[in-house]
Amino acid sequence: MTEIFGVPIQALFGQLMLGLVNGSFYAVLSLGLAVIFGMLNIINFAHGALYMAGAMLAWMGLEYLGIGYWWMLVMAPISVGLIGIIIERLMLQWLYKLDHLYGLLLTFGLALMIEGLFRDLYGVAGQPYSIPEEFSGAFNLGFMFLPKYRAWIVVASLTVCLATWYLIEKTRLGAYLRAATENPKLTQAFGINVPLMVMLTYGFGVGLAGFAGVLAAPASQVGPLMGSNLIIIVFAVVVIGGMGSILGSVVTGLGLGIIEGMTKVFWPEASSTVVFMIMAVVLMIRPAGLFGREK
Amino acid sequence: MSATEFLRVSDLHAFYGESHVLHGMDFTVRRGECISLLGRNGAGRTTTLRAILGLTGRRTGSIMLNGREVINMPSHRIAQLGVGYCPEERGIYASLSCEENLLLPPQVGSGGLSLDELYDMFPNLKERRHSQGTRLSGGEQQMLAMARILRTGARLLLLDEISEGLAPVIVQKLGEVIRKLKERDYTIILVEQNFRFAAPLADRMFIVEHGQAVAEIAQNEIAEKQNLLQEYLGV
Repeated sequence: MTEIFGVPIQALFGQLMLGLVNGSFYAVLSLGLAVIFGMLNIINFAHGALYMAGAMLAWMGLEYLGIGYWWMLVMAPISVGLIGIIIERLMLQWLYKLDHLYGLLLTFGLALMIEGLFRDLYGVAGQPYSIPEEFSGAFNLGFMFLPKYRAWIVVASLTVCLATWYLIEKTRLGAYLRAATENPKLTQAFGINVPLMVMLTYGFGVGLAGFAGVLAAPASQVGPLMGSNLIIIVFAVVVIGGMGSILGSVVTGLGLGIIEGMTKVFWPEASSTVVFMIMAVVLMIRPAGLFGREK
Repeated sequence: MSATEFLRVSDLHAFYGESHVLHGMDFTVRRGECISLLGRNGAGRTTTLRAILGLTGRRTGSIMLNGREVINMPSHRIAQLGVGYCPEERGIYASLSCEENLLLPPQVGSGGLSLDELYDMFPNLKERRHSQGTRLSGGEQQMLAMARILRTGARLLLLDEISEGLAPVIVQKLGEVIRKLKERDYTIILVEQNFRFAAPLADRMFIVEHGQAVAEIAQNEIAEKQNLLQEYLGV
Protein backbone atom coordinates (compact mmCIF):
# COMPACT_ATOMS: atom_id res chain seq x y z
CA MET A 1 0.00 0.00 0.00
CA THR A 2 1.25 3.48 -0.85
CA GLU A 3 2.23 5.58 2.11
CA ILE A 4 3.11 9.26 2.57
CA PHE A 5 5.13 10.13 5.69
CA GLY A 6 4.18 6.73 7.06
CA VAL A 7 0.45 7.33 6.61
CA PRO A 8 -1.59 5.17 4.23
CA ILE A 9 -2.72 7.26 1.31
CA GLN A 10 -6.36 6.18 1.75
CA ALA A 11 -6.39 7.54 5.27
CA LEU A 12 -4.77 10.75 4.13
CA PHE A 13 -7.28 11.38 1.36
CA GLY A 14 -10.12 10.24 3.56
CA GLN A 15 -9.25 12.87 6.14
CA LEU A 16 -8.64 15.45 3.45
CA MET A 17 -12.15 14.82 2.16
CA LEU A 18 -13.62 14.98 5.64
CA GLY A 19 -11.71 18.21 6.21
CA LEU A 20 -13.19 19.65 3.03
CA VAL A 21 -16.69 18.65 4.14
CA ASN A 22 -16.26 20.28 7.56
CA GLY A 23 -14.61 23.25 5.88
CA SER A 24 -17.65 23.64 3.63
CA PHE A 25 -19.90 23.97 6.67
CA TYR A 26 -17.49 26.44 8.27
CA ALA A 27 -17.48 28.43 5.03
CA VAL A 28 -21.28 28.68 4.65
CA LEU A 29 -21.81 29.45 8.33
CA SER A 30 -19.03 32.02 8.68
CA LEU A 31 -20.17 33.65 5.44
CA GLY A 32 -23.62 34.20 6.95
CA LEU A 33 -22.09 35.56 10.14
CA ALA A 34 -19.85 37.93 8.18
CA VAL A 35 -22.71 39.28 6.05
CA ILE A 36 -24.86 39.81 9.14
CA PHE A 37 -22.07 41.48 11.09
CA GLY A 38 -21.23 43.80 8.19
CA MET A 39 -24.75 45.09 7.82
CA LEU A 40 -26.28 44.81 11.30
CA ASN A 41 -23.22 45.13 13.51
CA ILE A 42 -24.52 42.12 15.39
CA ILE A 43 -22.53 39.06 16.37
CA ASN A 44 -25.20 36.48 15.71
CA PHE A 45 -24.82 33.87 18.41
CA ALA A 46 -28.11 32.29 17.33
CA HIS A 47 -26.44 31.12 14.11
CA GLY A 48 -25.71 27.61 15.39
CA ALA A 49 -29.21 27.19 16.75
CA LEU A 50 -30.71 28.26 13.44
CA TYR A 51 -28.40 25.83 11.61
CA MET A 52 -29.78 23.14 13.91
CA ALA A 53 -33.31 24.39 13.24
CA GLY A 54 -32.67 23.94 9.49
CA ALA A 55 -31.68 20.31 10.06
CA MET A 56 -34.59 19.69 12.43
CA LEU A 57 -37.03 21.22 9.95
CA ALA A 58 -35.70 18.88 7.25
CA TRP A 59 -36.23 15.93 9.59
CA MET A 60 -39.67 17.14 10.69
CA GLY A 61 -40.73 17.71 7.07
CA LEU A 62 -39.96 14.08 6.30
CA GLU A 63 -41.28 12.67 9.57
CA TYR A 64 -44.61 14.50 9.73
CA LEU A 65 -45.38 15.61 6.20
CA GLY A 66 -43.46 13.18 4.06
CA ILE A 67 -41.59 16.02 2.33
CA GLY A 68 -38.28 14.72 1.00
CA TYR A 69 -34.74 16.05 1.08
CA TRP A 70 -34.80 18.10 -2.11
CA TRP A 71 -37.92 20.07 -1.24
CA MET A 72 -36.67 20.68 2.27
CA LEU A 73 -33.33 21.87 0.92
CA VAL A 74 -35.33 24.81 -0.47
CA MET A 75 -38.12 25.12 2.10
CA ALA A 76 -36.14 24.80 5.32
CA PRO A 77 -33.72 27.70 4.52
CA ILE A 78 -36.70 29.87 3.53
CA SER A 79 -38.48 29.00 6.79
CA VAL A 80 -35.35 29.71 8.83
CA GLY A 81 -34.97 32.99 6.92
CA LEU A 82 -38.55 33.93 7.83
CA ILE A 83 -37.90 33.10 11.48
CA GLY A 84 -34.84 35.37 11.19
CA ILE A 85 -36.95 38.19 9.76
CA ILE A 86 -39.36 37.90 12.67
CA ILE A 87 -36.45 37.97 15.15
CA GLU A 88 -35.01 41.04 13.41
CA ARG A 89 -38.29 42.97 13.36
CA LEU A 90 -39.29 42.10 16.93
CA MET A 91 -35.95 42.28 18.71
CA LEU A 92 -32.72 43.00 16.87
CA GLN A 93 -33.78 46.26 15.24
CA TRP A 94 -33.75 48.00 18.62
CA LEU A 95 -30.12 47.11 19.28
CA TYR A 96 -28.20 48.49 16.29
CA LYS A 97 -27.16 51.69 17.99
CA LEU A 98 -25.92 49.92 21.11
CA ASP A 99 -22.67 48.12 21.82
CA HIS A 100 -22.02 44.73 20.12
CA LEU A 101 -22.40 43.11 23.51
CA TYR A 102 -26.18 43.64 23.58
CA GLY A 103 -26.73 41.91 20.25
CA LEU A 104 -24.46 39.09 21.33
CA LEU A 105 -26.32 38.60 24.61
CA LEU A 106 -29.73 38.72 22.93
CA THR A 107 -28.79 36.22 20.22
CA PHE A 108 -27.09 33.99 22.80
CA GLY A 109 -30.34 33.95 24.76
CA LEU A 110 -32.26 33.16 21.60
CA ALA A 111 -29.87 30.29 20.85
CA LEU A 112 -30.53 28.82 24.29
CA MET A 113 -34.27 29.18 23.82
CA ILE A 114 -34.35 27.60 20.36
CA GLU A 115 -32.17 24.73 21.55
CA GLY A 116 -34.26 24.32 24.69
CA LEU A 117 -37.43 24.17 22.64
CA PHE A 118 -36.15 21.31 20.48
CA ARG A 119 -34.66 19.52 23.51
CA ASP A 120 -38.01 19.70 25.19
CA LEU A 121 -39.75 18.32 22.13
CA TYR A 122 -37.32 15.62 21.03
CA GLY A 123 -34.75 15.06 23.79
CA VAL A 124 -31.02 15.31 23.25
CA ALA A 125 -30.60 12.08 21.28
CA GLY A 126 -30.14 12.57 17.56
CA GLN A 127 -32.69 11.54 14.96
CA PRO A 128 -31.50 9.56 11.95
CA TYR A 129 -31.95 11.11 8.50
CA SER A 130 -31.05 9.03 5.51
CA ILE A 131 -28.98 10.13 2.55
CA PRO A 132 -31.13 10.89 -0.53
CA GLU A 133 -31.19 7.98 -2.96
CA GLU A 134 -29.38 9.88 -5.71
CA PHE A 135 -26.34 10.25 -3.47
CA SER A 136 -26.11 6.93 -1.68
CA GLY A 137 -23.01 4.96 -2.49
CA ALA A 138 -19.56 6.18 -3.45
CA PHE A 139 -17.34 6.96 -6.40
CA ASN A 140 -14.30 4.72 -6.77
CA LEU A 141 -11.48 7.10 -7.63
CA GLY A 142 -8.89 4.34 -7.74
CA PHE A 143 -6.86 5.63 -4.81
CA MET A 144 -9.89 6.10 -2.54
CA PHE A 145 -13.64 5.73 -2.24
CA LEU A 146 -15.43 9.08 -2.31
CA PRO A 147 -18.91 8.94 -0.74
CA LYS A 148 -21.22 10.71 -3.19
CA TYR A 149 -23.04 12.65 -0.48
CA ARG A 150 -19.81 14.16 0.84
CA ALA A 151 -18.90 15.31 -2.65
CA TRP A 152 -22.37 16.87 -2.92
CA ILE A 153 -21.92 18.77 0.37
CA VAL A 154 -18.72 20.35 -0.92
CA VAL A 155 -20.17 21.17 -4.35
CA ALA A 156 -23.43 22.57 -2.97
CA SER A 157 -21.69 24.68 -0.30
CA LEU A 158 -19.17 26.14 -2.69
CA THR A 159 -21.91 26.92 -5.21
CA VAL A 160 -23.90 28.77 -2.58
CA CYS A 161 -20.82 30.67 -1.42
CA LEU A 162 -19.95 31.62 -4.99
CA ALA A 163 -23.51 32.71 -5.71
CA THR A 164 -23.50 34.85 -2.56
CA TRP A 165 -20.20 36.42 -3.57
CA TYR A 166 -21.57 37.18 -7.04
CA LEU A 167 -24.77 38.63 -5.60
CA ILE A 168 -22.89 40.97 -3.27
CA GLU A 169 -19.95 41.97 -5.45
CA LYS A 170 -21.41 42.04 -8.95
CA THR A 171 -25.07 43.02 -8.86
CA ARG A 172 -27.10 46.19 -8.28
CA LEU A 173 -28.62 44.78 -5.13
CA GLY A 174 -25.12 43.92 -3.91
CA ALA A 175 -23.98 47.50 -4.56
CA TYR A 176 -26.89 48.72 -2.39
CA LEU A 177 -25.84 46.25 0.26
CA ARG A 178 -22.19 47.33 0.22
CA ALA A 179 -23.20 50.99 0.26
CA ALA A 180 -25.61 50.44 3.15
CA THR A 181 -22.92 48.54 5.06
CA GLU A 182 -20.43 51.37 4.58
CA ASN A 183 -22.66 54.40 5.14
CA PRO A 184 -26.25 53.49 6.01
CA LYS A 185 -27.55 57.04 6.58
CA LEU A 186 -26.32 58.46 3.30
CA THR A 187 -27.50 55.39 1.42
CA GLN A 188 -30.96 55.88 2.87
CA ALA A 189 -30.80 59.57 1.91
CA PHE A 190 -30.42 58.44 -1.72
CA GLY A 191 -33.84 56.82 -1.51
CA ILE A 192 -32.80 53.25 -0.71
CA ASN A 193 -34.92 51.56 1.94
CA VAL A 194 -32.05 50.59 4.24
CA PRO A 195 -34.14 49.20 7.13
CA LEU A 196 -35.75 46.79 4.66
CA MET A 197 -32.34 45.73 3.37
CA VAL A 198 -31.10 45.15 6.91
CA MET A 199 -34.09 42.91 7.58
CA LEU A 200 -33.57 40.93 4.39
CA THR A 201 -29.84 40.61 5.09
CA TYR A 202 -30.51 38.99 8.44
CA GLY A 203 -33.09 36.70 6.84
CA PHE A 204 -30.62 35.77 4.12
CA GLY A 205 -27.72 35.23 6.54
CA VAL A 206 -29.64 32.88 8.80
CA GLY A 207 -31.22 31.26 5.73
CA LEU A 208 -27.66 30.24 4.78
CA ALA A 209 -27.34 28.64 8.22
CA GLY A 210 -30.61 26.78 7.62
CA PHE A 211 -29.29 25.59 4.27
CA ALA A 212 -26.13 24.27 5.90
CA GLY A 213 -28.32 22.52 8.46
CA VAL A 214 -30.26 20.63 5.79
CA LEU A 215 -27.00 19.69 4.07
CA ALA A 216 -25.70 18.36 7.36
CA ALA A 217 -28.83 16.36 8.23
CA PRO A 218 -27.97 13.17 6.27
CA ALA A 219 -24.27 13.41 7.17
CA SER A 220 -24.69 13.51 10.93
CA GLN A 221 -27.28 12.84 13.60
CA VAL A 222 -30.02 15.48 13.62
CA GLY A 223 -30.24 16.69 17.19
CA PRO A 224 -30.73 19.84 19.25
CA LEU A 225 -27.05 20.06 20.16
CA MET A 226 -25.56 19.87 16.67
CA GLY A 227 -25.44 23.66 16.39
CA SER A 228 -23.73 24.46 19.64
CA ASN A 229 -21.06 21.85 18.92
CA LEU A 230 -20.22 23.51 15.64
CA ILE A 231 -20.73 27.22 16.31
CA ILE A 232 -17.74 27.64 18.62
CA ILE A 233 -15.39 26.47 15.88
CA VAL A 234 -17.20 28.67 13.36
CA PHE A 235 -16.64 31.71 15.58
CA ALA A 236 -12.94 30.85 15.71
CA VAL A 237 -13.00 30.63 11.90
CA VAL A 238 -14.59 34.08 11.69
CA VAL A 239 -12.01 35.53 14.07
CA ILE A 240 -9.18 34.01 12.01
CA GLY A 241 -10.61 35.15 8.68
CA GLY A 242 -11.71 38.56 9.86
CA MET A 243 -15.24 39.93 9.83
CA GLY A 244 -16.68 41.49 6.76
CA SER A 245 -14.82 39.77 3.92
CA ILE A 246 -16.83 37.30 1.88
CA LEU A 247 -14.06 35.51 0.04
CA GLY A 248 -12.05 35.66 3.26
CA SER A 249 -14.73 33.69 5.12
CA VAL A 250 -14.94 31.06 2.40
CA VAL A 251 -11.19 30.58 2.01
CA THR A 252 -10.60 30.53 5.78
CA GLY A 253 -13.46 28.09 6.34
CA LEU A 254 -12.24 25.60 3.77
CA GLY A 255 -8.58 26.03 4.75
CA LEU A 256 -9.23 25.42 8.44
CA GLY A 257 -11.39 22.39 7.66
CA ILE A 258 -8.50 20.89 5.71
CA ILE A 259 -5.93 21.78 8.38
CA GLU A 260 -8.15 20.17 10.99
CA GLY A 261 -8.47 17.03 8.86
CA MET A 262 -4.73 16.80 8.31
CA THR A 263 -4.09 17.28 12.02
CA LYS A 264 -6.26 14.23 12.65
CA VAL A 265 -3.83 12.23 10.51
CA PHE A 266 -0.53 13.55 11.78
CA TRP A 267 -1.24 14.65 15.34
CA PRO A 268 -4.64 13.27 16.35
CA GLU A 269 -4.46 14.58 19.92
CA ALA A 270 -4.38 18.19 18.68
CA SER A 271 -7.16 17.90 16.11
CA SER A 272 -9.86 19.40 18.30
CA THR A 273 -7.73 22.34 19.40
CA VAL A 274 -5.71 23.18 16.30
CA VAL A 275 -8.23 25.79 15.13
CA PHE A 276 -7.98 27.60 18.45
CA MET A 277 -4.19 27.49 18.41
CA ILE A 278 -4.25 29.08 14.96
CA MET A 279 -6.72 31.64 16.25
CA ALA A 280 -4.39 32.61 19.09
CA VAL A 281 -1.45 33.02 16.70
CA VAL A 282 -3.49 35.05 14.19
CA LEU A 283 -4.81 37.32 16.94
CA MET A 284 -1.26 38.07 18.03
CA ILE A 285 -0.03 38.86 14.53
CA ARG A 286 -3.12 40.32 12.84
CA PRO A 287 -5.78 41.26 15.37
CA ALA A 288 -8.30 42.12 12.62
CA GLY A 289 -8.00 38.63 11.12
CA LEU A 290 -6.31 37.42 7.95
CA PHE A 291 -8.70 39.19 5.55
CA GLY A 292 -10.18 41.77 7.91
CA ARG A 293 -9.71 45.51 7.70
CA GLU A 294 -8.80 47.35 10.87
CA LYS A 295 -11.36 49.97 11.76
CA MET B 1 -48.99 78.48 -0.98
CA SER B 2 -47.95 79.99 -4.28
CA ALA B 3 -48.07 77.69 -7.28
CA THR B 4 -44.36 77.94 -7.90
CA GLU B 5 -43.23 77.26 -4.35
CA PHE B 6 -41.24 74.00 -4.19
CA LEU B 7 -39.93 73.91 -0.65
CA ARG B 8 -41.17 75.73 2.43
CA VAL B 9 -39.26 75.31 5.67
CA SER B 10 -41.10 76.85 8.61
CA ASP B 11 -40.15 77.08 12.25
CA LEU B 12 -37.78 74.15 11.84
CA HIS B 13 -36.01 72.98 14.97
CA ALA B 14 -33.50 70.13 14.85
CA PHE B 15 -31.50 68.32 17.48
CA TYR B 16 -28.46 66.06 17.63
CA GLY B 17 -29.08 64.13 20.81
CA GLU B 18 -29.38 66.79 23.51
CA SER B 19 -27.92 69.64 21.49
CA HIS B 20 -30.42 71.95 19.87
CA VAL B 21 -28.94 73.04 16.52
CA LEU B 22 -31.71 74.67 14.48
CA HIS B 23 -33.81 77.28 16.28
CA GLY B 24 -36.80 78.01 14.08
CA MET B 25 -35.38 78.06 10.56
CA ASP B 26 -37.69 79.71 7.99
CA PHE B 27 -37.22 80.04 4.24
CA THR B 28 -38.82 79.10 0.95
CA VAL B 29 -37.48 78.06 -2.42
CA ARG B 30 -39.43 78.48 -5.64
CA ARG B 31 -39.40 75.92 -8.40
CA GLY B 32 -36.37 76.43 -10.64
CA GLU B 33 -34.76 78.82 -8.19
CA CYS B 34 -31.22 78.62 -6.84
CA ILE B 35 -30.80 79.86 -3.30
CA SER B 36 -27.74 79.93 -1.13
CA LEU B 37 -27.42 79.51 2.62
CA LEU B 38 -24.46 81.55 3.76
CA GLY B 39 -22.99 81.79 7.20
CA ARG B 40 -20.16 80.90 9.48
CA ASN B 41 -19.11 77.39 10.42
CA GLY B 42 -21.47 75.94 12.97
CA ALA B 43 -24.29 78.34 12.09
CA GLY B 44 -26.56 75.45 11.12
CA ARG B 45 -26.41 75.44 7.29
CA THR B 46 -25.33 71.81 6.92
CA THR B 47 -27.81 70.79 9.62
CA THR B 48 -30.58 72.52 7.64
CA LEU B 49 -29.88 70.31 4.62
CA ARG B 50 -29.61 67.22 6.77
CA ALA B 51 -32.84 68.08 8.57
CA ILE B 52 -34.70 68.47 5.27
CA LEU B 53 -33.69 64.86 4.49
CA GLY B 54 -34.42 63.55 7.96
CA LEU B 55 -30.76 62.84 8.75
CA THR B 56 -30.63 64.69 12.07
CA GLY B 57 -32.07 63.54 15.35
CA ARG B 58 -35.45 64.87 16.46
CA ARG B 59 -37.06 67.58 14.30
CA THR B 60 -40.06 69.82 14.87
CA GLY B 61 -41.76 72.40 12.69
CA SER B 62 -42.76 71.95 9.10
CA ILE B 63 -41.05 71.04 5.84
CA MET B 64 -43.41 71.23 2.86
CA LEU B 65 -41.89 69.63 -0.22
CA ASN B 66 -43.87 70.15 -3.40
CA GLY B 67 -47.03 70.53 -1.32
CA ARG B 68 -46.41 67.54 0.99
CA GLU B 69 -45.46 67.58 4.63
CA VAL B 70 -42.28 65.50 5.04
CA ILE B 71 -41.25 66.27 8.62
CA ASN B 72 -42.24 62.80 9.83
CA MET B 73 -41.07 60.77 6.83
CA PRO B 74 -38.02 58.48 6.92
CA SER B 75 -35.15 59.73 4.74
CA HIS B 76 -35.59 57.27 1.90
CA ARG B 77 -39.20 58.35 1.41
CA ILE B 78 -38.18 62.02 1.29
CA ALA B 79 -35.45 61.25 -1.25
CA GLN B 80 -37.97 59.37 -3.37
CA LEU B 81 -40.01 62.58 -3.68
CA GLY B 82 -37.21 63.94 -5.85
CA VAL B 83 -34.43 65.20 -3.57
CA GLY B 84 -30.75 64.75 -4.41
CA TYR B 85 -28.13 65.26 -1.72
CA CYS B 86 -24.44 66.02 -2.15
CA PRO B 87 -22.95 65.91 1.36
CA GLU B 88 -20.11 68.10 2.56
CA GLU B 89 -17.80 65.11 3.08
CA ARG B 90 -18.84 63.98 -0.44
CA GLY B 91 -19.84 60.51 0.74
CA ILE B 92 -18.03 58.53 -1.95
CA TYR B 93 -18.15 54.82 -1.11
CA ALA B 94 -14.82 53.01 -0.78
CA SER B 95 -16.46 49.64 -1.35
CA LEU B 96 -17.86 50.73 -4.74
CA SER B 97 -16.09 51.58 -7.99
CA CYS B 98 -16.46 55.03 -9.52
CA GLU B 99 -19.18 53.82 -11.89
CA GLU B 100 -20.97 51.84 -9.16
CA ASN B 101 -20.98 55.03 -7.08
CA LEU B 102 -22.46 56.85 -10.04
CA LEU B 103 -25.15 54.23 -10.59
CA LEU B 104 -25.99 53.73 -6.92
CA PRO B 105 -28.78 56.23 -6.20
CA PRO B 106 -32.04 54.82 -7.53
CA GLN B 107 -34.31 56.69 -9.93
CA VAL B 108 -36.53 59.11 -8.00
CA GLY B 109 -38.08 60.98 -10.91
CA SER B 110 -38.10 61.28 -14.68
CA GLY B 111 -35.81 63.44 -16.77
CA GLY B 112 -32.50 62.61 -15.11
CA LEU B 113 -29.32 62.86 -17.17
CA SER B 114 -28.15 59.71 -18.92
CA LEU B 115 -24.81 58.11 -18.18
CA ASP B 116 -23.47 59.39 -21.53
CA GLU B 117 -24.57 62.95 -20.80
CA LEU B 118 -22.87 62.78 -17.41
CA TYR B 119 -19.67 61.44 -18.93
CA ASP B 120 -19.80 64.32 -21.46
CA MET B 121 -20.19 66.75 -18.59
CA PHE B 122 -17.46 65.12 -16.48
CA PRO B 123 -15.00 63.36 -18.83
CA ASN B 124 -12.63 62.49 -15.95
CA LEU B 125 -15.23 60.19 -14.45
CA LYS B 126 -15.40 58.16 -17.63
CA GLU B 127 -11.65 57.62 -17.60
CA ARG B 128 -11.72 56.54 -13.98
CA ARG B 129 -14.94 54.59 -14.01
CA HIS B 130 -13.33 51.31 -12.90
CA SER B 131 -11.25 52.87 -10.10
CA GLN B 132 -12.25 52.42 -6.50
CA GLY B 133 -14.41 55.41 -5.51
CA THR B 134 -12.08 56.77 -2.86
CA ARG B 135 -8.99 56.47 -5.09
CA LEU B 136 -10.26 59.44 -7.10
CA SER B 137 -8.75 62.88 -6.49
CA GLY B 138 -10.68 65.37 -4.33
CA GLY B 139 -11.95 67.20 -7.42
CA GLU B 140 -12.99 63.98 -9.13
CA GLN B 141 -14.79 62.82 -5.99
CA GLN B 142 -16.68 66.11 -5.87
CA MET B 143 -17.71 65.74 -9.51
CA LEU B 144 -18.78 62.17 -8.82
CA ALA B 145 -20.84 63.26 -5.82
CA MET B 146 -22.57 65.85 -8.05
CA ALA B 147 -22.95 63.59 -11.07
CA ARG B 148 -24.59 60.73 -9.22
CA ILE B 149 -27.54 62.84 -8.08
CA LEU B 150 -28.11 64.25 -11.58
CA ARG B 151 -28.80 60.78 -12.95
CA THR B 152 -31.75 60.09 -10.67
CA GLY B 153 -34.26 62.65 -11.87
CA ALA B 154 -34.16 64.50 -8.54
CA ARG B 155 -35.51 68.05 -9.04
CA LEU B 156 -34.35 69.55 -5.75
CA LEU B 157 -30.59 69.45 -5.25
CA LEU B 158 -29.08 70.01 -1.80
CA LEU B 159 -25.42 70.88 -2.39
CA ASP B 160 -23.20 71.23 0.66
CA GLU B 161 -19.91 73.14 0.27
CA ILE B 162 -19.22 71.80 -3.18
CA SER B 163 -16.48 74.35 -3.87
CA GLU B 164 -14.59 73.66 -0.66
CA GLY B 165 -10.92 72.79 -0.95
CA LEU B 166 -10.89 72.49 -4.74
CA ALA B 167 -8.59 74.01 -7.35
CA PRO B 168 -9.97 77.20 -9.00
CA VAL B 169 -10.34 75.49 -12.38
CA ILE B 170 -12.57 72.81 -10.85
CA VAL B 171 -14.60 75.38 -8.91
CA GLN B 172 -15.15 77.19 -12.21
CA LYS B 173 -16.25 73.93 -13.83
CA LEU B 174 -18.76 73.30 -11.03
CA GLY B 175 -20.07 76.85 -11.47
CA GLU B 176 -20.72 76.11 -15.14
CA VAL B 177 -22.50 72.90 -14.22
CA ILE B 178 -24.79 74.78 -11.84
CA ARG B 179 -25.57 77.34 -14.54
CA LYS B 180 -26.54 74.52 -16.90
CA LEU B 181 -28.72 72.97 -14.21
CA LYS B 182 -30.48 76.30 -13.67
CA GLU B 183 -31.22 76.45 -17.40
CA ARG B 184 -32.77 73.01 -17.07
CA ASP B 185 -35.03 74.32 -14.30
CA TYR B 186 -33.53 72.42 -11.37
CA THR B 187 -34.27 73.80 -7.90
CA ILE B 188 -31.03 74.17 -5.97
CA ILE B 189 -29.95 74.95 -2.43
CA LEU B 190 -26.28 75.84 -2.21
CA VAL B 191 -24.68 75.79 1.21
CA GLU B 192 -21.54 77.85 0.78
CA GLN B 193 -18.68 79.34 2.68
CA ASN B 194 -17.31 80.78 -0.53
CA PHE B 195 -19.34 83.95 -1.14
CA ARG B 196 -17.65 84.64 -4.50
CA PHE B 197 -18.74 81.23 -5.77
CA ALA B 198 -22.32 81.53 -4.55
CA ALA B 199 -23.03 85.21 -5.31
CA PRO B 200 -23.27 85.03 -9.11
CA LEU B 201 -25.23 81.75 -9.02
CA ALA B 202 -27.83 82.34 -6.33
CA ASP B 203 -31.12 84.12 -7.06
CA ARG B 204 -31.49 84.79 -3.36
CA MET B 205 -29.21 84.36 -0.39
CA PHE B 206 -30.09 83.65 3.21
CA ILE B 207 -27.71 84.46 6.02
CA VAL B 208 -27.83 81.76 8.68
CA GLU B 209 -26.82 82.42 12.27
CA HIS B 210 -27.47 80.46 15.45
CA GLY B 211 -29.73 78.05 13.62
CA GLN B 212 -31.98 80.71 12.08
CA ALA B 213 -32.21 82.55 8.77
CA VAL B 214 -31.48 86.10 9.94
CA ALA B 215 -31.42 87.97 6.62
CA GLU B 216 -32.48 87.54 3.02
CA ILE B 217 -30.66 89.19 0.13
CA ALA B 218 -31.91 89.03 -3.45
CA GLN B 219 -29.45 88.90 -6.34
CA ASN B 220 -30.11 92.58 -7.26
CA GLU B 221 -29.59 93.76 -3.67
CA ILE B 222 -26.08 92.44 -3.25
CA ALA B 223 -24.47 95.81 -3.92
CA GLU B 224 -26.69 97.82 -1.61
CA LYS B 225 -26.55 95.25 1.19
CA GLN B 226 -22.75 95.05 1.29
CA ASN B 227 -22.82 96.27 4.87
CA LEU B 228 -25.01 93.42 5.95
CA LEU B 229 -22.77 90.88 4.26
CA GLN B 230 -19.75 92.51 5.79
CA GLU B 231 -21.30 92.34 9.20
CA TYR B 232 -22.36 88.68 9.06
CA LEU B 233 -19.75 87.09 6.85
CA GLY B 234 -16.83 89.44 6.80
CA VAL B 235 -16.72 89.62 2.99
